[in-house]
Amino acid sequence: MDQYPDIEKLKSIASQVRRDIVRMVHGAQSGHPGGSLGCTDYLVALYFHIMKHDKGFNPDAQNEDVFFLSNGHISPVFYSVLARSGYFDVKELATFRKMGTRLQGHPATEEGLPGIRIASGSLGQGLSVAIGTALTKKLNGDTSTVFALMGDGELQEGQVWEAAMFAASNKVDNLIAAVDFNGQQIDGPTSEVNDMGDLKAKWEAFGWTVIEANGNQMEDIVSNLKLAKSLSKKEKPVLILMTTEMGAGVDFMEGTHKWHGIAPNDEDLEKALAQLEETLGDY
Amino acid sequence: MTKYTYTEKKDTRSGFGAGLVEAGRKNPNVVALCADLIGSLKMGDFIKEFPERFVQVGIAEANMMGIAAGMTIGGKIPFTGTFANFSTSRVYDQIRQSIAYSEKNVKICASHAGLTLGEDGATHQVLEDIGMMKMLPNMTVINPCDYNQTKAATLALVDYEGPAYLRFGRPAWPIFTDPNQKFEIGKAINFVEGSDVSIFATGHMLWLAIEAEEILAEQGISAEIINIHTIKPLDAKAILESVEKTGCAVSAEEHQIAGGLGESISSLLARNNPKPLEIIGVDDSFGESGKPVELLAKYGLSVENIVEAAKKAIARKNA
Repeated sequence: MDQYPDIEKLKSIASQVRRDIVRMVHGAQSGHPGGSLGCTDYLVALYFHIMKHDKGFNPDAQNEDVFFLSNGHISPVFYSVLARSGYFDVKELATFRKMGTRLQGHPATEEGLPGIRIASGSLGQGLSVAIGTALTKKLNGDTSTVFALMGDGELQEGQVWEAAMFAASNKVDNLIAAVDFNGQQIDGPTSEVNDMGDLKAKWEAFGWTVIEANGNQMEDIVSNLKLAKSLSKKEKPVLILMTTEMGAGVDFMEGTHKWHGIAPNDEDLEKALAQLEETLGDY
Repeated sequence: MTKYTYTEKKDTRSGFGAGLVEAGRKNPNVVALCADLIGSLKMGDFIKEFPERFVQVGIAEANMMGIAAGMTIGGKIPFTGTFANFSTSRVYDQIRQSIAYSEKNVKICASHAGLTLGEDGATHQVLEDIGMMKMLPNMTVINPCDYNQTKAATLALVDYEGPAYLRFGRPAWPIFTDPNQKFEIGKAINFVEGSDVSIFATGHMLWLAIEAEEILAEQGISAEIINIHTIKPLDAKAILESVEKTGCAVSAEEHQIAGGLGESISSLLARNNPKPLEIIGVDDSFGESGKPVELLAKYGLSVENIVEAAKKAIARKNA
């Protein structure tokens, strides 16, 4: 296998996932497009190239890699990637945030959507959960890997640092966490709302191996995910500090927190879709 | 005539510790987590026997709840251990999202609940935990009455699938239940049959209810004593049958009246068969430092308070 045989294919999937995201949020007239678009390349790389996951859905994730989304508000990208990788029918994406749906505004297990193993949305909890599953994998002699994604604003929650300290202290090295470092949160730039300083230095000081990646360049995120895998299982948890642009792929949504939680109107939708090639067929 | 006696006093938390070791032997998936309170939670024996199945989280209760939730993915049955206050109010959102809403098979084991914690005072005497936990959908709430019943409840939780809150206390307390008792989650136990008033008691208060029953009996009043070890799901059938027979009731708990067992029973009665109910509990107040027995007396939770409440309930019935 060449180093990047699938990059074009992954980019093509990402284009479709971005179409799904804007269409889902438009359809519900509710949801979070900005962060979803920013994390599309990472989630596509994970689900279509990096993660070892079975067809069908095993809630216990035994002997397969497992992913936890801590910043649950970017559910559109999560749902799209799950549907596009076969966890459920892509047609169901049309039910996003509507009454009776399994695609709740924030991921939920009660409604039983295949691919979702825990609820998230209240920020700061996902890393702890990922650590718990990583510990269980070790107890079970299961050598697969646990992945987790957090938002950067989410790092303002104290629980994240409780978890960071624990993972290093307990050598939870079957865990690869990523931070969506887009520098934006609801009330504005993270540097203005509550500046978190040097995040790389902070995670390293907590005992993690830190990799920096560009989360919106497929080549870069894929190669760094592979690097993360090669650095895992060496007694230290691994963190990917992943620079992204909120709204990536839709020019008028890029570089602003304005589209954090705003739905596009009909005209916005048309403008967005014109920039995103339909590659796998719309739902 | 003494219907129930005790020969030994032992803390309910030790019943948890003893139950946890047996739980570990019973099921290899049982794991235990603790937030720097191994001695207080009596987890030492479990750790000695199953060191690889114990997780020391440190003083980080929110992280502990998240890790516990995550450990269920892959089939573990986590029992978390810390004080009741830090098992509930401190980590309510973590429990709500990652455990209750996510329907994770976590057993939240909470020691030092209630006024009988004593000298540590109000910061540690949580009196709101039953209310907080019973309000969460999917959550089961258990408050056993003595060492033996706490051990039995701990073991019962191994086979029970779903989120649960197990509440126990610090002080040595009379042991008066059968060491080999059958413990069914959600099934109340009729301790003493009676005809004039039903006394529904939970946790430490059950022993005080039994003492009250003996005083009432000497005065010619026949009280029925029912052990409500499971507050949620509430055994509606047992409660309604007893009240239908006696015509009035008293509830007794070491908890705020707001949100507690008494409120659950009053709601049940109001919707099905309204009868007089006197509620023994802390009336909208924080606790304070003191000896357990002194505190129970000061806050209206003594044997005498139960006796008076029973008479008041009977008077209301007959009015």
